[in-house]
Amino acid sequence: MDNLLTATNLRKYFPVEKGFLDRLLTSQKSFVHAVDDVSFSVNRGDILGLVGESGSGKSTTGRLCLKLIEPTSGSIMFEGVDLAKLHGEELRRFRKNMQLIFQDAMASLSPRIKVGDAIKHALSFQGVGTASEQTERTRAILERVGLKPWSNFYDRYPHQLSGGQRQRVVIARALVLDPKFVVADEPIAMVDVSVRAQILELMLELKKEFDLTYLFITHDLAMANYVCHSIAIMYLGKIVETGSKEDVFSRPLHPYTLALLSSIPVPDPKAKLERIIPKGEIPSPINPPMGCRFHPRCPYAESICSEREPQLEEIKPHHYAACFFPRHS
Amino acid sequence: MSMKKEKPQGRILVQLFPSLANLASRGLAGWAILIGAAIVAVMAVMTVVAPWISPYNPIAINVGPILSPPSAEFPLGTNHLGQDMLSRVYSGGAIMFQVAVLSVIVCLVVGVPIGLFASYLGGYTDKVASLVMDSIYAFPGLVLAIAIAAMLGPGVVNMALSIAVVYVPSYFRIIRSQVLTIKELPYVEAASMMGAKSRTTLFRYILPNVIPSIVAVATINFADAVLTSAGLTFVGLGLPVSTPDWGWDLTYGRRLLPSGAWWVIAFPGLMVVLLALGFTMMGEGLSELFNPRLQK
Amino acid sequence: MALLDIESLVVEYHTLRASVKAVDRVSLAMEKGHTLGLVGESGCGKSTLGLSTVRLVPPPGKIASGHIVLGETDIINCSDEEIRKVRGKRVGYIFQDPMTSLNPVKRIGAHFVEMIHTHEPEVSDQDALKRGKDVLERLGILPERIDDFPHQFSGGMRQRVMIGLALALGPDLLIADEPTTSLDVIVEAQIIELLKELKESLKLTLILITHNIGIVAETADRVAVMYAGRLAELGQTDDLFEKPMHPYTQALLKSVPNITKKGQVLSWIPGAPPDLAEPPPGCLYHPRCPHAFDRCKKEEPLLIKHNGSQVACHLYDKR
Repeated sequence: MDNLLTATNLRKYFPVEKGFLDRLLTSQKSFVHAVDDVSFSVNRGDILGLVGESGSGKSTTGRLCLKLIEPTSGSIMFEGVDLAKLHGEELRRFRKNMQLIFQDAMASLSPRIKVGDAIKHALSFQGVGTASEQTERTRAILERVGLKPWSNFYDRYPHQLSGGQRQRVVIARALVLDPKFVVADEPIAMVDVSVRAQILELMLELKKEFDLTYLFITHDLAMANYVCHSIAIMYLGKIVETGSKEDVFSRPLHPYTLALLSSIPVPDPKAKLERIIPKGEIPSPINPPMGCRFHPRCPYAESICSEREPQLEEIKPHHYAACFFPRHS
Repeated sequence: MSMKKEKPQGRILVQLFPSLANLASRGLAGWAILIGAAIVAVMAVMTVVAPWISPYNPIAINVGPILSPPSAEFPLGTNHLGQDMLSRVYSGGAIMFQVAVLSVIVCLVVGVPIGLFASYLGGYTDKVASLVMDSIYAFPGLVLAIAIAAMLGPGVVNMALSIAVVYVPSYFRIIRSQVLTIKELPYVEAASMMGAKSRTTLFRYILPNVIPSIVAVATINFADAVLTSAGLTFVGLGLPVSTPDWGWDLTYGRRLLPSGAWWVIAFPGLMVVLLALGFTMMGEGLSELFNPRLQK
Repeated sequence: MALLDIESLVVEYHTLRASVKAVDRVSLAMEKGHTLGLVGESGCGKSTLGLSTVRLVPPPGKIASGHIVLGETDIINCSDEEIRKVRGKRVGYIFQDPMTSLNPVKRIGAHFVEMIHTHEPEVSDQDALKRGKDVLERLGILPERIDDFPHQFSGGMRQRVMIGLALALGPDLLIADEPTTSLDVIVEAQIIELLKELKESLKLTLILITHNIGIVAETADRVAVMYAGRLAELGQTDDLFEKPMHPYTQALLKSVPNITKKGQVLSWIPGAPPDLAEPPPGCLYHPRCPHAFDRCKKEEPLLIKHNGSQVACHLYDKR
């Protein structure tokens, strides 16, 4: 198993902004525990799905992997290089190894830059090739992502394209530098339903062609099931279950995973649904519950769950869960 | 191997000009810009060709009877020195235009870089700059302008400088709020992802998106500069008496008003208002166009 | 007798570029106690259709022609006063974004009081608050929270409050526009279960507007599929999912992932929805339809009955 990226004990706490009076009267600081002791690794050629709801910390984890934000503690190793040791010019150059596909294509493209130029910037910022070589490569990648002929698209502005086309531009921009690792943050959430599979297929084809490794961040379990090889389920800043897609989605161990799976709407009126829907909502990540973070909502919780925090343990071969009472089917 | 640096500013102008053709189709905002620009253009041209179209020398005294009301010979009447008001109206805008243009240039050259760098760099730089700018902003504009003009003395440049000082904080604030917003947007994050240097991010990703609001402020600045320079002249700071200037006519016109000579204050006053209106319409129209996202 | 009868409704948006038919001759009827899932992708006109039933289409949109009859009331032509009596009292509307639909400076109680007073001004503040508390409790919220402000509620809670406000006056018809789109998966399931339960206990008539086929499958009795402002297909839920007739419905169902199906291969629809300012001739779907033939490019298909459902497609029109 070739580890491309390894995250160890990652933590990211964001300080909570307090009002003026609060700052005067209390000295206590509070933090949003966005990512709280997360460890995982991504194998070369794998598609790891980081699945969770809002507040789970999946987006923050993705950005930590790309060093777009600095961890409060913990480390990320990429191909043996400790990202914490990269700064300034060295970091800038390193960026071509890992790229990000954004959720909101419109917001991730400057409205005043033509899409062709936006892609070309990636090459020019990294100093790859001459100006004309850069233009050639940009044209080629535009066509490769399905925006053919490039002349119809190069000089357009983002608002002149459809949602699906914009998403392709974002993909093209991420891949033009030939990275090894791509983090896709909800890449199809803002694309029309009938076109999503097309974008996913494109991403899978490009993976083969460019020999990529993906970290796919999403709240859409059905899509994660369709595309990913391995899955890590996150809840309130922690990984609660991880394993192969088959293991996690067909033989889930953690009650939260069970809850997620039973909550997904199924487009089949005849499907018999066994719903185990937990009560309540996700608590605030500023003051997460003591012990197991899911215990207040867990139908199987016992007293130990509110006292001690379960760690991720290998319950079955290569299938890990952080639960004192994993549900064996 | 060096790469040619493209100027985003050049591109923006190219972007702005073709869209002039579409302005009429952009609804009320488009019309506001066109009408405003037309007013300003007409007045600018009038000022420039004044020497050729003025029937009399605007500063020559006693070309006509003193304080005669509008007539065939003197369509806008004459003032207490026997000067022809029409000629004075034609050329009275020259100083105002110069002062306005100069003050806007100074504001752009000083205010924009400070605004950009302070808000992009954040931290201590931002706090200090904001403090200074807020302090200046706290003063009532005209009062501050008068104080500075009084210190600096008369002259076009000094008037422009005093107006510029008063206005720089407005530029700073607008740019700062824009930069702070844009800094958090995904496309700036994308620039970092591609390995852009800070300078590149600032000039090629942030600045082009801030420019529309700068343009809007600048046009309002023009309007304000026109009114302030009239005000400065009105209180006696600013210009030597001999130069034809609407501001001077307003000063004397006010004193002559009780005696019934309304035309001395009315026509220059109208010109000042029209010019300010023209700039304001352009500015408001531009803000309206640029700020809500263009709905197709 | 149908509770709501929409006939040949046309809603146009007048822009400087062109006049666009957001809803083009849509007819459907709602029986009491039934749930209709109104499905389609962005821009298909489903939200506009929903808003038309209470005459809340925002300008530059305008109802151009057709009829909407709610019980005895002619929605399109009735007076402003009459339509105000309809909104809230006879039709409850749940708007898409609970974050912006509530007034952040007013307590939830005040929202209820305002709602109730608009239609029943004789009710005292106390009684109105009591009714509000009852509604909240019904929806799984602690009644004391009637004194809280909107920002003190989480997303799912706020949506429950919205549902509560919509139901406060006991309307005959409830229209929910994308009620779960901005919510997390588990909360979405909670809200859907809640809607199902309310449907049963209150004998609600519900129109559920959404792009999420999954939630329609489990809540709706009938499904209406819209494409580019027109009705493509309308039928019983079971029939539609099992034997979809319109090529768009077929393609749409094939593009939605079903986690219970092993080895599913997802497909997609090539191209993009038409520019309604310059629509293609004939059937609006024909440029993307794998079964399109000559007639489709010239003649617009009308909604016809076929096998117990209705479909607008020449494939089923043997004339």
